[in-house]
Amino acid sequence: MSANGDGALLEVRDLAKWFPIRKGFLVERTVDHVKAVDGVSFSIAEGTTLGLVGESGSGKSTTGYSVLQLLKPTSGSVRFMGKELTELSRSDLREMRREMQIVFQDPYSSLNPRMTVGNIVAEPLVVHSIGTRRDREAKVRDLLETVGFNPDFTNRYPHEFSGGQRQRIGIARALALNPRLIVCDEPVSALDVSIQAQILNLLKDLQRDLGLSYLFVAHDLAVVRTMSDHIAVMNQGKLVETGPAAEVYDHPREDYTKALLAAVPVPDPRRMRDRKRERRKLGHAIAEGF
Amino acid sequence: MALLDVEDLRTYFGTRRGDVHAVDGVSFSVEKGRTLGIVGESGCGKSVTALSIMGLLPMPPARRVSGTIRFDGRELSTLSERELEDVRGRQIAMIFQDPMTSLNPTLTIGTQLTETMLRHLDVSKDAARKRAAELLEEVHIPNARQRLDDYPHRYSGGMRQRVMIAIALSCNPRLLIADEPTTALDVTVQAGILDLLDELREQHDMAMIIITHDMGVVAEAADDIAVMYAGQIVEQAPAEELFYRPEHPYTEALLGALPQLEGENVREGRLTAIPGRPPDLVDPPEACRFAPRCPYAGLGDYCTVEPPELRELRPGHWARTAHPVSERDEAIVETAR
Repeated sequence: MSANGDGALLEVRDLAKWFPIRKGFLVERTVDHVKAVDGVSFSIAEGTTLGLVGESGSGKSTTGYSVLQLLKPTSGSVRFMGKELTELSRSDLREMRREMQIVFQDPYSSLNPRMTVGNIVAEPLVVHSIGTRRDREAKVRDLLETVGFNPDFTNRYPHEFSGGQRQRIGIARALALNPRLIVCDEPVSALDVSIQAQILNLLKDLQRDLGLSYLFVAHDLAVVRTMSDHIAVMNQGKLVETGPAAEVYDHPREDYTKALLAAVPVPDPRRMRDRKRERRKLGHAIAEGF
Repeated sequence: MALLDVEDLRTYFGTRRGDVHAVDGVSFSVEKGRTLGIVGESGCGKSVTALSIMGLLPMPPARRVSGTIRFDGRELSTLSERELEDVRGRQIAMIFQDPMTSLNPTLTIGTQLTETMLRHLDVSKDAARKRAAELLEEVHIPNARQRLDDYPHRYSGGMRQRVMIAIALSCNPRLLIADEPTTALDVTVQAGILDLLDELREQHDMAMIIITHDMGVVAEAADDIAVMYAGQIVEQAPAEELFYRPEHPYTEALLGALPQLEGENVREGRLTAIPGRPPDLVDPPEACRFAPRCPYAGLGDYCTVEPPELRELRPGHWARTAHPVSERDEAIVETAR
């Protein structure tokens, strides 16, 4: 993430997504807005990961969706591969979608239960009319192999697989169009630790082998640290702090970031005692929304 | 004598495919004033263990196959439902994972707080209400007296969990079982709840069992830790022993699989993932349940043929494995790599 965003794959400036609050019977009028995302700017360089962290309701997922134009931003600019996404026509945007994909949080609800694994992974290819049927079958096998999923299971259905295996299917689908950017929206938060490690390693390997860029959205600060080159901390729709990962984690400047980091329990009882003291000093600055 | 002594607990669930061996031979004890952390991944049997102690499982499909549960010298597993009701809430209280669904949305916080006291203690309604306000203060809810008349939807997730804790403490129980008490909460709120539990355990002189999937949470909250895998305790030790000198290959792998918050080169490194996944508990492996995923279980090893016993490797440090870290010879370690 260069300071001025030069040569960045993705550059987001003053992004805002407000949801109207409507009141009234028959004649509705907008009385106020929920400012889910409010003036967010960042950029992502080719082949790197920006980790977007924050607590529930901070606007981190909404930011991810707005970048992909899955939600239409209220204002602001999203430049991706040199094109302004907010101004693209529907058909141009559709073309651009080949280059930017998403992996969802819940591998149980993000795969159509009535489609076979093979059809789920092939769907992006079908939608974009790529290849013949046979080409697509070969491509699907390739993709499944890439993500460590047995390609002989293409005729099975998602419910036959565990959460980790389903997340592999979701990743294969995201890779189908050879995208350059993948928004990972809490990709491992529904998974157990041992399975989570498998998926995080897979995402790391894919990035190295395919030169992917990630916008990695998650609430788990340790997970985000192992994945990210740069970090953006969000709170109540705004960016609180951004910077290189090591910098933000080891020398946080903002009180919110400090409190957030201090609250994370670490798997080390002695270190935990020190951290508890640090935490008390910070006085749960932000804990509880009393 | 320990406050709670659980011996060879086995709880199975009948299904069309056969019995699910959810808890399969679990033994542990909790001393007065101490916190035991039970940690493990989903489906390892940690919650079923807690619910079995409380007698809260619907039977059928659940079935207690064996086990004794001695609480303060009294056997709980043979009590009638009526007798058990006198223990639950009074002597042993429990809080659950989801504070959003554990409160009744149609009753005020005050009603729900006094309910347990009126059931168990010989108090008047007024006295119970007064005590309820004190309890809300104790769990740090501001304007406690006014907030008694609010309904749960007026409370945030963290505050609801505080209310649940207040209800649990209302009859001064001697043991509090907290099942994933912070899993549904944001990390800053979690920190507040864990601090609160710690503080109250001391004030009320309670023992506590905290059940979680989060190694960080047990590192913070527990004096002793039991690691569960596939229905069994695979390792048990005082917290520092467990974290600094883990013996079981599963515990070792689990610690290696955790992303690190602090330290160098976390971005470049890979996590040590555990291959495969836990066994099907309808038909668990007859030998060591971790053997199919264990890097040290070799061909012809006894642990792939018969189940290893839970052994005390150091005072207070138990592990159920043929290949504890301290007994591994170099040759095995090399082949495993």
